[in-house]
Amino acid sequence: MDAVARTRPKPIRLRGRSYVAFVFYPIVPIIEWLEEIDVTLRQSPGFFAGKPVVLDLSAVDLSQNAIAQLVSNLEQRGLRVLGIEGVDASRLSASMPPLLIGGRHCAIGQEQPKKPEAKKAASLLLDSQVRSGQSIVFPDGDITIVGSVSSGAEIVAGGSIHVYGTLRGRAMAGINGNLSARIYCQKIEAELLAIDGYYRTAEEIDAAAYHGPTQVWLEGDVVQITPLN
Amino acid sequence: MAKVLVVTSGKGGVGKTTTTAALGATLAQMGEKVVVVDFDVGLRNLDLILGAERRVVFDFINVVQGIANLSQALIRDKRLENLWLLPASQTRDKDALTDEGVGKIIGELREKFDWIICDSPAGIERGAMLAMRYADEAIVVTNPEVSSVRDSDRIIGMLDSKTVRAEKGEQVAKHLLITRFDPARAARGEMLSIEDVLDILATPLMGIIPESQDVLRASNVGSPVTLNDAASAPARAYIDAARRLKGETIPMTVPEPRKGLMDLLLGRRAA
Repeated sequence: MDAVARTRPKPIRLRGRSYVAFVFYPIVPIIEWLEEIDVTLRQSPGFFAGKPVVLDLSAVDLSQNAIAQLVSNLEQRGLRVLGIEGVDASRLSASMPPLLIGGRHCAIGQEQPKKPEAKKAASLLLDSQVRSGQSIVFPDGDITIVGSVSSGAEIVAGGSIHVYGTLRGRAMAGINGNLSARIYCQKIEAELLAIDGYYRTAEEIDAAAYHGPTQVWLEGDVVQITPLN
Repeated sequence: MAKVLVVTSGKGGVGKTTTTAALGATLAQMGEKVVVVDFDVGLRNLDLILGAERRVVFDFINVVQGIANLSQALIRDKRLENLWLLPASQTRDKDALTDEGVGKIIGELREKFDWIICDSPAGIERGAMLAMRYADEAIVVTNPEVSSVRDSDRIIGMLDSKTVRAEKGEQVAKHLLITRFDPARAARGEMLSIEDVLDILATPLMGIIPESQDVLRASNVGSPVTLNDAASAPARAYIDAARRLKGETIPMTVPEPRKGLMDLLLGRRAA
C-alpha cells in the first residue's frame, strides 16, 4: 500500500473561445493570385499586420507540395497561416497548419487606427449674454463669458469664472474642491457668489460698494470681494 | 416674402395683445397684408381688442384638428381690408396645440400674407413655446420694472434656443418694445430707466410706448389704439415702431415728463 494517498489529478481546464480571422480564397493561377496580394500589401503595408489568416482551398486542387509551397510563399510576405480549410486532411502534413472546419461568416469591423485622444478643453468660452433661467455648468475648468450674466441665470465652474460684463446672476466657482478658484467680473450685482461651497448671498454683498471690475476669492473660509483696480 | 413675427414677453399684462393689434392694424394701413394669430388658447383676447368677437365661428384649434379649413377660420377686419384675424379657441386649452399643427398652419399663412403676427400667451409653457416656434422675428414687450425685465430676459434666451431658426443655427431677430412707460415715474426713479432696461436686456430698442388712458379706451370699444385715435401718444409711438419694423430709420424719442403748471410758473425742471 502506498503510504501517501494519491491526490486526484486536477482536470485540465478548457474553455471555448472564438476568434475572427481573414480567410483567403486562392484561385488559379496561384502566381497571379499572389501578385494581387502583393499589390494590396504595397498599397497598405500594415493591412494584414498582426492578423493571422486562414486559407480556404476549396476553389483549387493542390497537391501536398503545392500547399506547402503556398504556405511558405505567404509566410515570406509576413502572413502567418493559422489554419487551412476546404481540403482533404490527407493532403496536409504534420508541419503544416492544422485543418479547420466549421468556420462561419461574420462581418469584419474595420478597426480604425486609434486617434490620440483629444485633450479635454480646460476652459469654456461663451460669446454671448447668459439669460435668466439659463444654467451653464462646466465642471472641468474655467468659464469665460463675453457678455453679462442676467438675474436668474447660473454659472457653475470647476475652475474660475470670468465675466466680461455685469454679473447679476449666481456664480459658483471651484465646485470640485478648488479653493483657489476665483470669480472675476466687470461689475458685480450678483445674487449669489460661491467658491467651493463657501457662499455669500446678495444680502451679504454690498454691491453698491463696488463699481468697477471686481474679483471674488476665498480667504480661509471667508468669501472676499475686492475691487480689481 | 412673408415674415412671421411673434409678440412675446414672459410676463402677463404687459401689453402683448395691445401691441399685436396696434402693429397689425398699422402695417395693414401701410398696405401690407397682415394676419394676427391668437395663441392664447383658452384665454383669448385678441378678438375683443379687434372688435371681432361676435364674428368668430371657427378657430385655430378647429383648423389644427381639420374640422375647418383656414379660410373658414380667418376673420377679415371690418375697417381694414388688409387685416385678418385667426382667433384662438376659448373652450380648449393649450394642450390642444401641436407642433405639427402649428407648423402646418403657419406654413399655409406664409403663402397668403406678408406678415403673420403671433400673439403669444404669457408664461413659458406650451402655448408660448409654440407661438415663438416658427418665428422669423420677435417683439419682446417689456414694462420698465424688474419682474417684467427678468421674464423678458428669460424669453430672449428661449428665442435663442427653442425656435426652429435657433435649432438650424440661425438667429431670430429680436426687437425690444418698452410699453407702459411713465415718464414722470421714471424721472422720480420709481421705474427702471430706459438705459437700465437696455443694459440688462442688450436687445435693440424698437419703440417706447407711453402709459396712457388711450390704450384702455381703445380696447373698451374693440379697436386697436392706432385706429381709435391715431393722434394719441401711444398710437404715434406704435406707428413709429411699425415703420422701424419695416426697416425705416426713425429717431427714437424718450417721452419726457409733462410739466405741470406749477412747475412752469416756478421754472422748475423735472428731476
